[in-house]
Amino acid sequence: MSDKEFNEPPSATAGALDLNRRQFLKILGGGIIVSFVPVFAGDPPEALSAAQPRLPEDFNAFLRIGEDGRVACFTGKIEMGQGIITSLAQMLAEDLDVPLGSVDMVMGDTDLCPWDAGTYGSMSTKYFGPPLRAAAAEARATLIELAAERLGVPKNRLQTSSGVVFDTDAPAKRVPYGDLTKGRRIEKQLAEKPPLKPITGFTISGKATGRTDAVEKVTGKARFAGDIALPEMLYARILRPPAHGARLTDADTSAAEKVPGAQIVRDGDLIAVLHASPDEAARAVDLIEGTYTSPKTGLNDENIFDHLLGVAPPGAVLAETGDLQAGRGIASKVIEATYRQGYVAHAPMETHTACANLDGDKVTVWASTQGPFPAQREVAAALNMPLQNVRIITPFVGGGFGGKNRNRQVVEAARLAKLTGKPVQVTWTRGEEFFYDAFQPAALVKIASGLNASNRIVFWDYHVYFAGGDKAPTFYDVANKRTTAYGGWQETRRAHPFDTGPWRGPNGNTNTFARESHMDVLAAAAGEDPVAFRLTHLQDKRMLRVLEAAGSAFGWSKAVAPSGKGRGVACVIYKGTHVAAMAEVEVDTTSGRCQVKRVVCAQDMGQVVNPEGAKMQVEGCVMMGLGYALTEMIRFRDGKVLDRNFDTYQLPRFSWAPKIETILIENPDLPPQEGGEPAITCMGAVVANAIFDAIGIRFHELPISPERIGQAVKRS
Amino acid sequence: MSDTIEFRLNYRPVRLTVDGERTLLWALRTDLELKGTKFGCGMGVCGACTVLVNQEAVRSCQIPVADVRGKEVMTIEGLARNGHLHPLQQAFVDRNALQCGFCTPGMILSAYSLLLRKKSPTEAEIIEGMDDNLCRCGSHQRIVQAIQDAAKHMRR
Ligand code: FES
Ligand code: FES
Repeated sequence: MSDKEFNEPPSATAGALDLNRRQFLKILGGGIIVSFVPVFAGDPPEALSAAQPRLPEDFNAFLRIGEDGRVACFTGKIEMGQGIITSLAQMLAEDLDVPLGSVDMVMGDTDLCPWDAGTYGSMSTKYFGPPLRAAAAEARATLIELAAERLGVPKNRLQTSSGVVFDTDAPAKRVPYGDLTKGRRIEKQLAEKPPLKPITGFTISGKATGRTDAVEKVTGKARFAGDIALPEMLYARILRPPAHGARLTDADTSAAEKVPGAQIVRDGDLIAVLHASPDEAARAVDLIEGTYTSPKTGLNDENIFDHLLGVAPPGAVLAETGDLQAGRGIASKVIEATYRQGYVAHAPMETHTACANLDGDKVTVWASTQGPFPAQREVAAALNMPLQNVRIITPFVGGGFGGKNRNRQVVEAARLAKLTGKPVQVTWTRGEEFFYDAFQPAALVKIASGLNASNRIVFWDYHVYFAGGDKAPTFYDVANKRTTAYGGWQETRRAHPFDTGPWRGPNGNTNTFARESHMDVLAAAAGEDPVAFRLTHLQDKRMLRVLEAAGSAFGWSKAVAPSGKGRGVACVIYKGTHVAAMAEVEVDTTSGRCQVKRVVCAQDMGQVVNPEGAKMQVEGCVMMGLGYALTEMIRFRDGKVLDRNFDTYQLPRFSWAPKIETILIENPDLPPQEGGEPAITCMGAVVANAIFDAIGIRFHELPISPERIGQAVKRS
Repeated sequence: MSDTIEFRLNYRPVRLTVDGERTLLWALRTDLELKGTKFGCGMGVCGACTVLVNQEAVRSCQIPVADVRGKEVMTIEGLARNGHLHPLQQAFVDRNALQCGFCTPGMILSAYSLLLRKKSPTEAEIIEGMDDNLCRCGSHQRIVQAIQDAAKHMRR
């Protein structure tokens, strides 16, 4: 996930980088250090290609083998549940030939780790993995050279195993890595790729491995930003406007001032209460009477789509094949439809949190963020400090999903620490989290399409509003097709009544819902089984393979929808990953409740570094995707966000959980591709299609809530 | 109004001088410096703040600290004993029943009290018992399996 605003900055970080390196090398002391830059094999995703030229040229990450034999990997990426703390360590351990347990990941610390654009878009394994493996291989080659000297044995007789170099002719002649690095300091910069281990020789990568952070997390020892406690720390609560666009005209803080121990801070637009107890700070902030202007935008979650159509920028053609007019001319059936999806919240279980500590002219902020380096820049700008005086440390992040690319709370904590001279913690309430969330943008898709007499799609005219991007063009085999975007998903934020941004699977969810729903509409019009209909419109071999794999695992048997079986299918090609999902639902037409009983997901994501981790990501996609499919949509009125907690904003629960089966297609010839996002994009359509199959009602708008099902049943 | 409140916390007696109206959640996290109990919603609707009071799962964001006077409170920090993970913790590790881990302490303690009430819960009973604990990462299927595994282990 990305957002152009956060792909930063050429000159500023260059300075920080020099400093990082100096600091870093000082801290390191002895050992073997290999630095490397991610390589962008294949097509970098759209957001990255903008960022790439600005990445530091010389190196982007380090690994170090210490005298104690432990291996540290320093990366600006962060761990928010997606599991790279395990999968990156696995890749490193594999090519360096050390036990997984001897690898320490140092993540998201701007003083220790080299600059990084941010952790989003499931890109870590794909773009960071190959150079990490190469660096590990380089380090291993260096160790063999050192061992040859030490043992007096020619290099070609030496082998490595589990952190030790040994003589293949006399295995007792051996030396541990740690001993080889002792007393030396060897710096290497990866210039060329040394040969990597062949995948057939893997013993760690590609094997199911438990999370390396699991024990910390089940014992309550894992530290999140809000768990940082500093001496004399104050907890802050900030006065918030009732609606977006509301301006503060007056504030009466007299009652709040009477709360013992409360300190009120006012700095321009920022009014906050600080207290040694967070609940007292909360009580005091509630006593502040703010007077605000009340903006009347007239916008709400019902008329937003008309508004968006009205303000949409002119269309731009994203992709085109053949001749639409000619296609239309030979169509015997023309079918048009519009698909919509409202705003969806990220709602990580951990709200935005930060703890800031000012020490002389330096500030350190422990932050729950997906982008420590962008946060560093924001804090430096807000406090008017040189970049190198700001250090962001990212402990474990309690879920991000794209939402923690926004660092407002980091800046708030830093400002308040500066204003009070004390360490300050800002933990957003759930209400603040919903209010300031950068939602997945509401979007619409209009499709005009046609079938010829033999039920082939002969034209596909696709118009997407506010969700333009790489997931809009169809991969189905249609001779005449065109995709026109009226606003991309990221550059149209001003059209929306509040902030929008990357949400797990950016521009994938709305587009896949529209495309895959419409494929089913066409299949029904053709009188064909939805899977069979797709197969006749597919040439892509990887797609054919996942669709067939899903079909056989699911036990799909041919039938024209609505068959009453309540099953659906949806496919996506998401960057380099191919997914076919199938679901079975039961719809209670009285209550309107849709129970998804089973989901089968077949995924080809190239090499799989951690199969267990990949399955967990797919399961996470399925569960989270059920939310936007069935209930999740932000309701709002005139800048007021009406859903502010989980009482009205319904997240998926245990009782919704289907049986989830994940099939990972073996594809060892392709380097690892994205895994954290592709499957979620199928969930809207696979559920909509299964509901149609169950009750014969087609839903064109997400979420397909019990109320909407109930109303539709009544109308039918 | 400061008050002296005594109770047992993770098998040890504690005495707290605190405004008794403050929530148990923040008293645990700040005064007692136990950070394993998490804040998720502050409204009793997510379960991240779950602790055990007299062996029963309670949402610590919803009760005043004065309520636990003279009672036995257990947080996630008290579950592993003598360096050994509790079977529920072990099962969560073995099943990879977590991703970001923020809901995990609340999940484990809710499951703990569920298993106290029912030694051999059916899958449906586990789902019903856990339904008000939210996990945004979507670890649900694995959490149910972990609870089943732990139940089996604990019956032995
Ligand atoms: S924080 Fe107590 S239930 Fe959510
Ligand atoms: S593991 Fe992240 S919320 Fe449950």
